[in-house]
Amino acid sequence: MNRGQEAAPLVVANTMYVVTAYPNYLYALDLTKPGAPAKWTFKPSPKAASQGVACCDVVNRGVVFTDGKLVFNTLDGETIAVDSKTGKSVWRTQVTDINRGETLTMAPLVAKNKVYVGVSGSEFGIRGRLTALNLSDGKVAWRAYHTGPDADVLIGSRFKPYYPAEKGTDLGVKSWPGDAWKIGGGGVWGWISFDPALNLIYYGTANPGPWNADQRPGDNKWTAGIFARDADTGEAVWFVQTSPHDLFDYDSVNELVLLDVQIGGQVRKVLVRPERNGFLYVIDRQTGQILSADPFGPITSYTGFDLKAGRPIPNPAKHPETGKIVREICPAAPGMKDWQPSAFSPRTGLLYIPHQLLCMDEENVEANYIAGTPYVGMTAKMYAAPQEGGYRGEFLAWDIVNRRPAWQIKEDLPVWSGALVTAGDVAFYGTMYGWFKGVEARSGKLLW
Amino acid sequence: MYLLFRNLAVAALTLSMAPSTAPSQASSQSKSEKNVLRVCADPNNLPFSNERRQGFENRIAELLARDLHAKLEYTWWAQRRGFVRNTLKAHSCDVIMGVPTGLGMVLPSSPYYRSTYVFVTRRDGHINPRSFDDPVLRRVRVGVQLIGDDGANTPPAHALSNRGIIYNVKGYAVYGIARGDIDVAVAWGPMAGYWAKRSRVPLKLVPVQPQIDLPILPFVFDIGLGVRHGESAFRASLDSVLVRRRPEIQRILDEYGVPQLKVGSPTEASTS
Repeated sequence: MNRGQEAAPLVVANTMYVVTAYPNYLYALDLTKPGAPAKWTFKPSPKAASQGVACCDVVNRGVVFTDGKLVFNTLDGETIAVDSKTGKSVWRTQVTDINRGETLTMAPLVAKNKVYVGVSGSEFGIRGRLTALNLSDGKVAWRAYHTGPDADVLIGSRFKPYYPAEKGTDLGVKSWPGDAWKIGGGGVWGWISFDPALNLIYYGTANPGPWNADQRPGDNKWTAGIFARDADTGEAVWFVQTSPHDLFDYDSVNELVLLDVQIGGQVRKVLVRPERNGFLYVIDRQTGQILSADPFGPITSYTGFDLKAGRPIPNPAKHPETGKIVREICPAAPGMKDWQPSAFSPRTGLLYIPHQLLCMDEENVEANYIAGTPYVGMTAKMYAAPQEGGYRGEFLAWDIVNRRPAWQIKEDLPVWSGALVTAGDVAFYGTMYGWFKGVEARSGKLLW
Repeated sequence: MYLLFRNLAVAALTLSMAPSTAPSQASSQSKSEKNVLRVCADPNNLPFSNERRQGFENRIAELLARDLHAKLEYTWWAQRRGFVRNTLKAHSCDVIMGVPTGLGMVLPSSPYYRSTYVFVTRRDGHINPRSFDDPVLRRVRVGVQLIGDDGANTPPAHALSNRGIIYNVKGYAVYGIARGDIDVAVAWGPMAGYWAKRSRVPLKLVPVQPQIDLPILPFVFDIGLGVRHGESAFRASLDSVLVRRRPEIQRILDEYGVPQLKVGSPTEASTS
C-alpha cells in the first residue's frame, strides 16, 4: 500500500480492523497470534475509474464497528456492512455516483440505528448532502442536501439559527446566482459527532464549487459551515457558516469535539472546532451561539472575527483575482488545520491540535488542462508562514477555558497525523518525517 | 546550470542524428526492449480519446506509432487533477497526445494545432456575439463548460464574470443550444467543432474576441504532445514525426471539425 493512510485502526475483542486507501481492502487481523495474521480480508472491488475522479488522494478515513457489523465506505460510493465474524457482506448500498464527479472518502458514523454518510467532490459540480441509511438493511432513511430549497435541506419548523444571516426561507437557493446551487458543492468528507442527550448530530459541509468565486456571488449556503441535525429525522436545528462565500477552499469539515466546560461561571455544553479558516470556535451546541472564535495561528485572509454577526471579517486585500498575484494568504488552502483529528484530555483541560502553519501566494498564470480543455490554472505557492520562523507545522496544546495556547511544539513539516492523549497524561502524534512522538501532556516535554 | 544545459544539448544532438524511433534513454528502465509507444489517455473523452479509440488523439497516436514502427499501448486515466502525476510521471506511459504547450508539468513538443474558444450559436438565429464586450451577452442565456479546479474555470467563465455577466451564465453541454436551454455557448474549439458536426440544428462557430483578455487570460492555445521533463531526445523524435505527417494530421483534425487558427491570420478560423 503506497497511498495515504488516513484511517485509524479499530481493536475489538483481540481483533484489529483496518480499511486501506483504494482499493479499500478491509482486514481483520488476529492480535492473539504473532505477526497478527489476517482472519479474513474483504475486497469490495471499487471501480478503478474512481481513482481518476477523486480530487486529491484516494484515501479512506476509517471503518466503524457496531453490533457485530463493520461499516465502511468505498471510493466509488458504496457503503458496505460486513459481518465481523465471517467477513461477508450483510448489505451494500450505492450512495454516490462517480459519473457525477462524486466519491466517498469519509468514515461513516453510526448512531440510533442509522449510518450517516456524506459525499466528496465539491470541486466537480456535485450537490453536497448527508445520507442516513438504516443500519439493519442499508436502505436510505433520509437525505439532507446542502444547497437548494429548504425542503431538500430538511429545514423546517425546528430550524432556529442563532445569527440573522442564516434566517430566511430557501437561502440555499437565494444565496446563489441563478440555478448555480444545483452544482454548488458542499460535500461532507470529514467527521460527524453525536450527542445522545440532545439527540443531535453535528457535522460540517465542504467548500462551494465549482466556479471561481466571482461567478457565485452570495453566501453560497449551506456550504462551508456546521449543521446540527436531529439524529432520527435529519431535521436541521441550527447552522453556523464558518466561511461564507468561501474564496480559499476552506472546507468546514474538521472534527467537532463535544465538551461540557465552565465558561463565565457556568457549565456550558459546547462543541469545539479548530477550523480550517484558522479560528478555534467554541459554540453552544444547543443554540449554535458562538461563544468565542480565536486565531490559533497566523490569519491574513480575514481581518478579525465579528462575534455579533457570527462570522469572520473578510480581508479584501486577499481576494484572488484573475491576472493578479495575491501574496501571503494565511492560512493556505489546506487550512490552519485539515482532516487530522485533535484530542481532548479532561485531566488537563487542553485540546491537542495537530496542524499546519502555511501561507500561500495565489496567481493564475499557468496553462492547465482537464478533460481535453485548456484553462488558466490557479497556482498556489505554499510555504511556511513567515510569522512562524520557517516552521510549516506544529503540535499545539490549547487551553479551552482560558482561550490561549498552553504550549506548542514546532515541526518543520505540517503535522498531518491525528492526535491521541491518555489518562496517563501522555500525548502522541506523528510527523511527516515518519517519527512517532510521545510528549508530556501538561508541559509538552518530549518523552520519546 | 551551464553544465546542465550543455549536457542536454549534446544528448539532443546525438539522438537527432540517430535513426529516431525508440523513446529516449531516460525512461528505458520503464520500457520493454520492444519498440512500444505508450500513450496516457482518457478512456471517455470524445472527441479527444476514448477506450474504443474513436477520438482524434487516438487516430494521431496510431499515425505516430505507424511512423515509428512501434506497437501502440494505452494507459487509461480520467483527465482530471492527478492525471499527469498518475500516468506520465508514474512512468506507466510516455506521452500525452494533447497538452497546451504552456503546461509546466510536462515537456511539450512543438504544437500540431492551434485552436481557440468559440461562440456557438444557432445558424438560423439572430444572436451573433463576436466579442466578450458585445452587449448581447448580458441579455441572453450563456453556457460555459463546467470544468476547472481550485477556483479556476475555463477562460470564458472568468471573462464573463470579470464583466459582471453572472446571473445568466450556466454550466452546460454544447447540445444545450440545439435543445434551446441556452442561446450562446462559449466552448473550447475541438469540443465545439465535434458536437456542431453532430448537431441536428445547424450551428455557427465564431472565434471569441479578444484573443487575450488583459492582462493574462488567453483564449487561444497551442496544443502539442507532452513527454516527461528531461526526455528531450524522445521529444525530438516525436517532433520530427509531427513534421513528416503534417498533412495526415491536418486531415484528421479536419475530419473531426477542429477549428484552427493559422499563425499569421489570427482572426480567421476554419470552422467547417
